[in-house]
Amino acid sequence: MSNLEVHFHEIGVLDRIAAGDTFVHRLDPRSKLLATLLFIVGVVSFGKYEVSALLPFFLYPVVMAAASGMPAGLLGRKLLIVAPFALLVGILNPFLDREILTAIGPVPVSGGWISFTSIVFRFMLTVSAALLLVGTTGIHGVCFACEKLGMPRVFAVQLLLLYRYLFVLADEGIRMFRARSARSFSGRAPGPGLYAQMIGTLLLRAIARAQRIYLAMSCRGFDGAFRSRTPVGWHVRDTAFLLVWAAFFTVARCVNIPEIIGSMFVQ
Amino acid sequence: MHMADALISPAVGGTMWVVSAGMIAHASRRLRKTLDESHIPLMGVMGAFIFAAQMINFTIPGTGSSGHLGGGLLLAILLGPDAAFLAIASVLFVQALFFADGGLLALGCNIFNLGLFPCYLAYPLVYRPLAGKNTGARQVWTASVVAAVLGLQAGALGVVFETVMSGISELSFKAFASLMLPIHLAIGVVEGMVTATVVSVVRHAHPEILRHGSGERLAGSSYRRVLAGLLIAAALTGGALAWFASAHPDGLEWAVSGITGREEIEAPKGGVHAELAAVQENVAILPDYGFATANSDGEAKTEEAAWPAVSAGTTVSGIVGGVLTLIVIALSGWVVKRRSETRKVAAG
Repeated sequence: MSNLEVHFHEIGVLDRIAAGDTFVHRLDPRSKLLATLLFIVGVVSFGKYEVSALLPFFLYPVVMAAASGMPAGLLGRKLLIVAPFALLVGILNPFLDREILTAIGPVPVSGGWISFTSIVFRFMLTVSAALLLVGTTGIHGVCFACEKLGMPRVFAVQLLLLYRYLFVLADEGIRMFRARSARSFSGRAPGPGLYAQMIGTLLLRAIARAQRIYLAMSCRGFDGAFRSRTPVGWHVRDTAFLLVWAAFFTVARCVNIPEIIGSMFVQ
Repeated sequence: MHMADALISPAVGGTMWVVSAGMIAHASRRLRKTLDESHIPLMGVMGAFIFAAQMINFTIPGTGSSGHLGGGLLLAILLGPDAAFLAIASVLFVQALFFADGGLLALGCNIFNLGLFPCYLAYPLVYRPLAGKNTGARQVWTASVVAAVLGLQAGALGVVFETVMSGISELSFKAFASLMLPIHLAIGVVEGMVTATVVSVVRHAHPEILRHGSGERLAGSSYRRVLAGLLIAAALTGGALAWFASAHPDGLEWAVSGITGREEIEAPKGGVHAELAAVQENVAILPDYGFATANSDGEAKTEEAAWPAVSAGTTVSGIVGGVLTLIVIALSGWVVKRRSETRKVAAG
């Protein structure tokens, strides 16, 4: 449970970083969203045995993190927290695919290990890109960009509401759980019966809260749309940002840069 | 059971994005017609509730492990399928962005697996008919458990199918399915029980919420349209599956047919067992596997596809170049950071 509290705290940290004011933060959310999507598609479009050609793609998260002041430790921690599923499925590759594809000096390397390494790199790249997008844009920016690019308004508005009340309800859940564990032994989680009762109570409170929120919002003139205070617009720098990265991704996707650099030295 | 970007191909991810985005547009359009805006805060808060509920774990009786609520079915019962689908989709959206749970490209897959099945399959086609109109406690229980199990099985099958179609993981369809489906059977039963209890708590305290939520929203024609869509999806899935099974016989079956000289050995049950046995065999001899056994295993595989041959020479240059690339990237990151810091100091 305390782990989860830390987890939630870190989302708050991500939010605070998103409120920063650097060159990256000032870019139009749409240009960052599109660049991130191009990046992810570029990364995952490689064949499963590709390792070295993936490496130049690290330039994007490294530069974005450096330019936006995103702490590397936070990125690393978040990567570690969510690593298990991808690694669990990926780690079977070395056992299932044992065909020897190459050798590093005297050590033969099977296809499974190569594809596993590739999965690890893909994982690091795609997850850090997504975290950087939200860490430099914020949920409002991402929603704004999505709505401009065609996301239905109903969906965008309730997404923002969800995010707003996430912390409130999470706090309520944590409080409830803490009260229950303070009154029970051995720190074990409750059984399904008690769990369902607790969840039911939480649900009733959430519904009551939703009704209060709606009444309060109606009083203030809510008509089904959120209005943002910060004006965002597409400038020349956004076009430049998008074009430069798109060009880099295309080159890195088509040309194996590390192999070319390496062959200059290894000849 | 979130899919991750690292395990899917752009074709699979892109297709599922298009499908899920279409479903979101469809659900939003229908909601706009039938809904007053008082429902929008309710949907948002319910999504947040699912988050909070997922943070609290319960112990699964008889085992040492613990689980948490998925919530798709519960939301569908409380809000109706369209609103529930949007709420689940936005929960997954926030999870992908802030928790890095699943990825941005895999988001389409995750919305499809965890949202579409409980909201548009399990709820309207299983829960509603089973629970009926004048819902007794037992009916709600049966309906919830059956619907939750079916929804989760379909979702787990979706995960398996998308992973295998992407071809990044080496797991074969049968091996992965025989891992995923039994696990999600157990999870589904518990999910159904918890859902039923929560529904009965709500019914005792606020019966009007349930009437409001699952009212007359599913009109006949759209009901049929959803059913038709699912049938088409099932047919496509089956077709693609058959193609996949015939195009890539796995190594063991290939070897067996070579030994016995028989071509038809694919009784489906035998196939699953053979595959499981192959997995077990591979894992069991792991500690002392030599490269000789690896080669004999590998021979069967080279038959089906020739991978680009990688020579040791290009590997070395790849590694050297890779290290140099990373050094350059790290340096450029450092330079950018220095520049933005000095600019900040100058500005401040």
